[in-house]
Amino acid sequence: MFLLFFTFFKIGLFTFGGGYSMIPLIHFYAVDKYHWLTEKEFIDIIAIAESTPGPIAINSATYVGYKVLKIKGSAIATLGVVIPSLVIIIIISAFLMQFKNNVYVEYAFMGIRVGVAVLIMNAAIRIYKKVDKSILSYILVVFGLIMGFFNLIPIVYVILIGGIIGIFYNVLINKENKVNEND
Amino acid sequence: MIPLITEEVIKNGWVESTDVLIDFIAISQSTPGAFAINIATFIGYNQAGILGAIFTTLGVVLPSFFIILFIAMAFHKFKTNKYVIGFLNGISPVVPGIIMSVALTFILRSVFDVIDLNFKDFKFQIWAVIIFIISFGVSKLKKRIHPIYIVLISGALGLLFYGLF
Repeated sequence: MFLLFFTFFKIGLFTFGGGYSMIPLIHFYAVDKYHWLTEKEFIDIIAIAESTPGPIAINSATYVGYKVLKIKGSAIATLGVVIPSLVIIIIISAFLMQFKNNVYVEYAFMGIRVGVAVLIMNAAIRIYKKVDKSILSYILVVFGLIMGFFNLIPIVYVILIGGIIGIFYNVLINKENKVNEND
Repeated sequence: MIPLITEEVIKNGWVESTDVLIDFIAISQSTPGAFAINIATFIGYNQAGILGAIFTTLGVVLPSFFIILFIAMAFHKFKTNKYVIGFLNGISPVVPGIIMSVALTFILRSVFDVIDLNFKDFKFQIWAVIIFIISFGVSKLKKRIHPIYIVLISGALGLLFYGLF
């Protein structure tokens, strides 16, 4: 329980640049280090976190927490991810103006932004490697990539369309299996 | 989320001026943690001190918390349903595609669009490419390197390159 709290505390503390930057960290802890989730479950959680209202950080913390320790886990993980922000912002509010125009802070963040881009790229590649090797899933990967990059339609719809295609495909496959059994 | 927050905050007169709100937004984006929580804490603290910060943060957290809790519980129940399985099989290739698009956008923005400080020449783009290559190299040194090292290294390099040259 303490581990769950402390892990999400660290995720909240070490994430720079908002929701998407959190994906590599959650992946590192929940999948690689503590094996709370499989690669597949991780993808499901990101999809759900993306397609529901509210920040990805809170959505994914609540979900991972539930997976590990049910409702209690949800509450603990969410608290963990929230508290660092709360404390840091309260401290910064006290010294707001000194922080704001500090050019060195700005330089460091320009560097960090590049580092975060590398992290997200690595996470994307690792998740991609777990995708089924079929034509349909390659098409869906490219679909997600293009829709996400050009921002053609909201991400929720992109995910929904993928899911609906998946349902059709699954139901069709099941039908074929039945036909084969009758043969 | 930014347009929604801006509209509400200005309507309710929670900041002294739009400039203050812009500062809040900029700092919320550049401090650790989720943007939504950071900005909520800022506005709450600005209006009513620490108690205000706690209440605004609770306010932004609770809706997501309950929605996800509900979904997680429902999901647990129906995860053997063939439609649910089909749906998940469908989204599992889409999500890596979306994350790749995010990575691509981040790379383009962070490496080729470092114009926040009105830099005129290409020096900063070149440094950004170098930071990118070093960060990427370091991230491949070990199989599962902790992301914080990449954040620290890229931050230090940014300070070094942009600050010194």
